[in-house]
Amino acid sequence: MIRDQGIASKLWRFSVWALAGLFVLNLIGVIAAVVMNSFARRWLGTWLPSGWTTRWYFDAWSEFQLSSVVLVTFQVVFAVVLISGMIGVVTAYALARRDFPGKRAIILLFLLPLLIPPLTYGIPLATVLYQIGLGGSFWGVVLINLVPSLPFVILVMIPFIEQIDPRIEAAARVFGAGTGSLFLRILLPLLLPGMLAALLLVLVRTIAMFELTFLIAGPTSQTLVVALYYAVFASGVRASQSIDAMAVVYMVTTLFWLVLALQFVSPTQIVARAKQQQAS
Amino acid sequence: MNRPSLRLRLAARGFDATTLLVLPGLAVMLALFVYPFIYGIIDSLMPREGVWYSNYTRFFTDRFQFATIGATLWLALPVTIVNMALALPIAFRVRLMRRQRLLTTILVLPITLGTVFVADGLLTFLGPQGWFNRALILVGLLEAPVKLTNNYWGVFASLLITGFPFAFLLTLSYVTGIDPAIEQAAATLGAGPRQRFFRVFLPLLVPGLAVTFCLAFVQAFAVFPSAVLLGAPAGPTRVISIAAYQAAFEQYDHSMGSAIAIIMGLVELVVVVAVLGLRSLFYRGPAGGTKG
Repeated sequence: MIRDQGIASKLWRFSVWALAGLFVLNLIGVIAAVVMNSFARRWLGTWLPSGWTTRWYFDAWSEFQLSSVVLVTFQVVFAVVLISGMIGVVTAYALARRDFPGKRAIILLFLLPLLIPPLTYGIPLATVLYQIGLGGSFWGVVLINLVPSLPFVILVMIPFIEQIDPRIEAAARVFGAGTGSLFLRILLPLLLPGMLAALLLVLVRTIAMFELTFLIAGPTSQTLVVALYYAVFASGVRASQSIDAMAVVYMVTTLFWLVLALQFVSPTQIVARAKQQQAS
Repeated sequence: MNRPSLRLRLAARGFDATTLLVLPGLAVMLALFVYPFIYGIIDSLMPREGVWYSNYTRFFTDRFQFATIGATLWLALPVTIVNMALALPIAFRVRLMRRQRLLTTILVLPITLGTVFVADGLLTFLGPQGWFNRALILVGLLEAPVKLTNNYWGVFASLLITGFPFAFLLTLSYVTGIDPAIEQAAATLGAGPRQRFFRVFLPLLVPGLAVTFCLAFVQAFAVFPSAVLLGAPAGPTRVISIAAYQAAFEQYDHSMGSAIAIIMGLVELVVVVAVLGLRSLFYRGPAGGTKG
């Protein structure tokens, strides 16, 4: 490793760290402002609130019907994770193991939804879903969320599958394993860490996916992030503290799954893997 | 001479039972992505009134609508450039750190917070009585609070917070992908830090930076909730996604909504293709040091 000792490099090093520090400081400020306000008795024109209370959480819980919103959120997210996981792993397996004409076009098709803004394909898709009567329904929300999450699973899983030596599968075949038991007893255990990582990331992404859910969600099929948007959008009607209490509930929900996901993958690793795939 | 069976001939080209496993995924994408997209294009060409292209002429002749393209680019391009300008030097320092995990975890956080949470938090944090203004007044940089929400700067700040971590993670993975031996070789030959950066690292990084720019730009270009909550959705931050949403779901003109959505995708693709095209003018080759 090379370390430069000149004054200029020291100054440069200092300013880079100062910049990074400033960013993190402001980020912490934003999060702390929300958390503090959610516990504030009254907070007007001072550095800190005048007192502390937890009543806004109870208010938010009843005002925004949070129990049903949280329930819907988890139903939607788990349906998306399950469907995109099952279809995605199977598709990724075929793409990782076989080379066939048209493969590049198919990979491009799976890349496109990640490269195009969600609203661009979301608006025509929502129009179609409304026409076949799925607008505002639970399954409409699940279907529209599959569009970005299925390609995501596939692109994360392809390198994972490529790492597994095909000779292991060939050996299992020689010993008489059928397709079913090959998959259940050989592939699944080897793929499990990768699948877990991919699916947890889909879960976090789906909880945070606002644009697509917003287009299709009806009153009974709103997820947390959409309910939060409406609350902030119509602020003034409700106490800001109770909106922030809801925001904290949202943050804790995503944070829980993120921390869980980080036990299995390092964030730079995910990006590097996705990058390798795009390069091919 | 017997030709091999169809099954064998297909298998030789890569088509067999395993290849067929691609079908379920393909079917989902055809049904949920390709079909609606084609439907949207056709729908946009069947306006409520007028000739087939009248949605597009309406968009490009109406200044209120047409200006949304400029407003979106005026937000997305500067934010992307600032994000990259911040991410690159920080990634260069972090590459030398041993414990990257904590820092990267902190930086991943805003991605998962999502735009709505960040918008909500920034409304308090950047508001006239928020900590940001108070701190600047306390250190004497400001005399009176500046207005940072419900205008351009509010949206800018939110895109910075949600976009920077993403740009940083991508840049870091590209920077760490360069073999340190290359830098050491340059140093041995007497290159100073500036020379090493501009003549060794930068040329190797350009392809990666181009991809990072595109992905960060795509995110910033799609800005929607923060432009409504933190910006001035009727004025300077009326971005193209707001125009598309309003046409489709507030005026119930799905044909116009599809037209704007497609214009949005095209404008974005033009920028992406331009950036990737510029990339090809630079060095292309391995950045690793392993023997091929």
